Order: sequence, then structure tokens, then C-alpha cells
Amino acid sequence: MSESLDTAVKTNPQGDPITSVAAPKPTEVKKDPHAEAKKQRVVTPEYMFFEAKRTKEFITGSEAAKEAVRRSNVDLSIAYPITPQSETMQLIGVLYGEGYVKEYYRGEEEYGVMSAIAGASRAGVRCFTATAGPGTLRGIEPIASWPGHRLPAVCMFTCRVVNAPLAIQPDNIEVSYLLNCGMIVFHAENQQDMFDFIMKAFIISEMNDVTLPVGVCCDGFFVTHARGYVHMQEKGIKLPPREAWRGAVPVLDAENPPARLSRDAPVQKSNFMAYNIHAVWQQEVWAAVERSRKYINKFMGGLCSAENMENADAVIIASGSAAAQSREAVRLCADKGIKVGLIKVRSLRPFPTEELRQLCKNTKLIVIPEFNYVGWLAREVATAIYGHSKAKIIAGPHVYGGQSMPVELIVDEVESGLTGKKSTNVPLSAIMGTDVDQGAVSHFMQNI
Amino acid sequence: MKTTEQKPERIIVPGPAGFHPPSAAQLGVMLPDPGQGLMYGLLEPNEDLVIEEMARKMLTSPNATLFPGPMVLWAWNEHAVEKAKAVLEIAAQIPDVLIIPMPDYRPKYPKIDPEEVINPNHPNLTIWGNKIEACIFIGVHCHYANLTLKMIRAGTNCCTSAICAEQGHEDAMLTVRDSDTAKLKKVAQIFKRVRESMGLKLPANGENVRFTGTQSKVHGGKTHTNPLVFMPTPGGTAGAAAFGHSPEQMKREG
Repeated sequence: MSESLDTAVKTNPQGDPITSVAAPKPTEVKKDPHAEAKKQRVVTPEYMFFEAKRTKEFITGSEAAKEAVRRSNVDLSIAYPITPQSETMQLIGVLYGEGYVKEYYRGEEEYGVMSAIAGASRAGVRCFTATAGPGTLRGIEPIASWPGHRLPAVCMFTCRVVNAPLAIQPDNIEVSYLLNCGMIVFHAENQQDMFDFIMKAFIISEMNDVTLPVGVCCDGFFVTHARGYVHMQEKGIKLPPREAWRGAVPVLDAENPPARLSRDAPVQKSNFMAYNIHAVWQQEVWAAVERSRKYINKFMGGLCSAENMENADAVIIASGSAAAQSREAVRLCADKGIKVGLIKVRSLRPFPTEELRQLCKNTKLIVIPEFNYVGWLAREVATAIYGHSKAKIIAGPHVYGGQSMPVELIVDEVESGLTGKKSTNVPLSAIMGTDVDQGAVSHFMQNI
Repeated sequence: MKTTEQKPERIIVPGPAGFHPPSAAQLGVMLPDPGQGLMYGLLEPNEDLVIEEMARKMLTSPNATLFPGPMVLWAWNEHAVEKAKAVLEIAAQIPDVLIIPMPDYRPKYPKIDPEEVINPNHPNLTIWGNKIEACIFIGVHCHYANLTLKMIRAGTNCCTSAICAEQGHEDAMLTVRDSDTAKLKKVAQIFKRVRESMGLKLPANGENVRFTGTQSKVHGGKTHTNPLVFMPTPGGTAGAAAFGHSPEQMKREG
């Protein structure tokens, strides 16, 4: 080394010897940013969900969604920012950088994103996106067309207020718009649900006899921004890729024109048969929703879960973050000597109709707390158990516009429901069932 | 879900079921598990019994018809070709059977020729046009098969069967699932056994497939053919153009 330095004396343009020698460059080892992703191995859904060892981490809901996508062999993810899902999709961008997601870009706005998801799913790839509140409603036309096109995809809805007035706070009113699209709709209670539901949604969505999109909803901020313990499988395994050739419909064949982004439209093409085909087409979409039940039972342990139901004086039925608040209300009620059961609804579409009929057939009081004004879950429950239960149903308490739900509010409704005491938070018009205290109704009316 | 062993009332039977009857899923019919089948909307634990009933219907009903779909009509790959051959083996066991293809899923405009094709957007026209009282769908994508089966049940008296490569079809009166080439060959064998037990003979020259009027015109006035001489080859002459589905025509259909 020293010999080579002696013989390689250089001069500057003026002829002066250059005495300093540039330091040798460190040997640069260019690290492949996709190296870890390339090492992932495919495992069966059964192994992933039921057998793989899990470790516990304390992460936000957005991070849980990211970790779910990391293990879900996702081909394409399209982002458009809107609070509170912006962080989620930004984290999916990190996954793209690491090679866990094959394609990723920012769409023009939600209509464009949901339309592009339709095209990508039609082309046969596994797709993920997320939106919230006004974004959901902006994208709802293409979203509502996904089931009719039989497009498997997973969309995360981090529910928030729908404008106006402008607000970005938690409120799950947007779920009510999704319930009649023909898609499968799950409602996650916490970060763990967010992680599990997304991964399982891909598998259920792509079952041949289902072939439908799945919306995984959660209550924004409470789940997306707050941290919770999440038990996760190792990063080195992932779900099998989508087998688009097994779908209930052929994938888009771009090499054999004419290629169409939408299914052949019977309304445009035929005459007197058009009504018939559209009618049975809609039937078929909802039949596919029905078929998803067995997969939800298999992979998610049921459309709903029931806790503390034996000899319960009352039952709280809740979904999403309201289920978490209700669990604490059950504990407070127990401290007061009131035995209260909890039914947590995981799947809103399909809805656990038969399950609720069985669980509530002898129930006297049902309380349904919700994070929205309209009480969509209460309507669903009342419709499902009508004629199968004589329970008084209290459609409340409701909080919305960003309000949190004090646990005591739920406890109050359980107590007033059982004692006949007037509620301060739920109007009598929101109390259903044969067991309504007419005296209380009269008292309420006199005090208006 | 009720099984055939409990002998309850049949749920999915030949129609016309009504102007717009509920789907089988709405009526509580669920798809069978592997090895099982559905017989008139009831779970049949032994799929062979379902196949036997398919055979009886196809051997005794007027104008029994096989409706092959795109997955066995086009030589996508070796597997598709093998399945297509197996479908023809089934056809070879049914005297006077018709074969009317469902080559694609596009609505036929301005009107369908029911003697040429069946189409999921108006399948009842082909059923009515040929007075078909029993049929089997094979190789149709599940979504389109389900549309077809619902409309046929609503508006016709045809007994429908679906031999499905996936999970089966609730709206078919008879259905079996997971039908790969081996199972299709098994279906052909069961059809043979049932036919022989009924004392039904095949023509000596093997020409047991009856042409529709349109097919007969295309084939120079012949009335029947031997399905086994139609055996396809991968990438062979049995392309779309041979059946009138040229790229030009597809473009015209838009």
C-alpha cells in the first residue's frame, strides 16, 4: 500500500505535488430494501390464523392494519389522504418501499381510487385501500358497484363524522351507508380486531362462492390512533396469493379485445329480459353474502360473540368501539349486583340474525349503545329478533359528532331499563318492545 | 340444513317457480361440503346418488341437453382439454342428447338463436325454444351459472343440474362439486350404469348426439353425430372462429 502511494505522486495544474491522498472509499454494500420481503414464505390461511406463533406488541390501529397488510400478500394498494386513515395508507406506502406491497400510488380522489381498485380487482390482483367519512361517501358509487361486478377487495373504513359541518371526529354514521351495498361488512372493536379482520377479510373475500369485497370498519381515532396490544404472527410469513382464475367470474382479459372494465351490461344490451337478469343478479350478490357465513364462522369464530350471557338480567349488544365501552359497563353493573351479558357483533353483513334470535329468546332487556345518531345497529337487531324475543330494546345511548361514550351512560340505560326509571339520554321513541312502561311514557310526555 | 335422509319437502324443484321467486340461498339452501351434493335443495351426503338422479333425469326427460360453458369450450390449457373430453364422454352415454354451448356471457343482440347458444342473460329463451326439460351445466363460471339457474327455475319447467368445479350451486335442482376430470369421468361411468340398468341402448354407429336445427344446417343436414369424434386438441381447430365467434364478430357485438 505504501509503495503504491510513493509511486503515484500527483501534481496540481501548477506543478506542485499533491501531498494529501484521498481516503479510500468504504466498501459500500448496497442493501436490498426488499430483502426481508423476498424472504417471506407463503403459509396456508389455517396455519396463519390458528397455528402460527404470535408475539404481543403495543401498537396503533393504523400500525395494526399495516402489519396485517404486510402478511397478506397484497398486490396493489391505492391511497388518497383523509383523516383518520391517512396514516394507515402512509404506512402501507412504507410497506411498498420495503417490497411487501407490489404496487402503490396515490389516486386523484376517492372516486378515482375506488374505480381503480375495481379495475385492479377485475384484472385479478389482491387490492387494499382505506378511506373515511366524506371519502367513503365520495367513493360510494364505485364502492357500491364492486359487489355487482363480483370484485374481491378489502377496504378499511376508519369511521368519522360525515360533513357538514366540517369535523373530523369519531362517528360511525357512514357504516349505515355501506350496509346495503351488497358487500361484506365487519366492524372492528380494537387494534387486535383490525389486524385479524383485515387478513381474514382477504381470504373470505376471495372464496369462489363469495367473490365479494369486504369493508373492515373501525371507529376512527379510538382504534386508528390509540394503541393497544396486538398479538401478531412473525413477519416472515404471508397468506397465499389470490387465485383469480378460481373466481366466480372471469378476470379481465386485456389481451383479447374487447376488454371491459365493467361486466356486460344487460340493461343496455337487451330488451324485455333486462329487468329479469338484473333482478337475479342482485339476488346472486346477496346469495354470495349468505355464503360467506360459513367462512366467517370458520376463520373469525362467528359473526358475533357472546359473553356473560347465562342468567343475565339484561344484554348489551354492540359493535366496534361501543363493544369495548360495553365490556366495561358489564363490569360496573356486576359491581352493582346486576348481571349483564354482552353480545359483540363482528359481522354486520351478513348479519347474525339466527345467532341473535337464539341468544335473545329469553332476554328481558336489550341495550344497544352506538356511536351515531341514527342507531343503525338497533334497527338491525330489532328487525332480526322481531317475533323471536319479547325483550324491551333500548336503542341507545347514542353519542356522535366526536363525543366519547362514558361507560356510566350505558350503565344508566341498563338500570333504567330494568327499573322503569326514566332515562335522561334515550327518548321513549327509541325504546321498542312490549315491556315498555306506559307510566314512564306518560311521565315523559307530560314533561316535554 | 335438512338432508335427504330426513325426507323433508323438496325445496328446489322444476318450475316455473314464479315471476321472481326467492333465491335458493334466501330459502336457506346452503352449498354442500366435499363429497356431498344437493338434491332438490336438500343436502345429500353421498354425491353418487345425486349423479344417479342426474342420469335418470337426463335419460328420461324430453330434449335433455348439455350446456358446456367457456371453461370447457375453449382450449385454455391441457386441463381444460381433458375436461372437455370427459364432458363428451358424458354426452356419449345419453341417447338423443342435445349439446348447446354457452360460449361467453354477453347478452345476444338483437336476439338470440336458441338453437345456437344459451346465454346467462336470457337462458329461458333457449330452454323454451328447444322445449328442454332436463339439462346439465358444466364449465360455466359460478356467478353466471347462478344467474342462469335462477332464471330457468323461475320461468321454465326444466330440471337443472350443475356439475361444478368449485362448491356447487344452490339454485340447481341437482348439483355436485369439485368436479375435476376424474370426477367427470366418474359421472360418465355412473350415467352408463344407470342407462344400462334402464335398458336404454345407444345407436350402433355411436351417433347419439342430436343436432339442433341450426347445428344441422351447419353440418350439411346431418341430424346426429358421434361426440367422441369431436374430441378436441390443445390449440387445435376447435377455436372460436370455427363456431362463428370470430374476432370481427366479437368486435361487432361491442
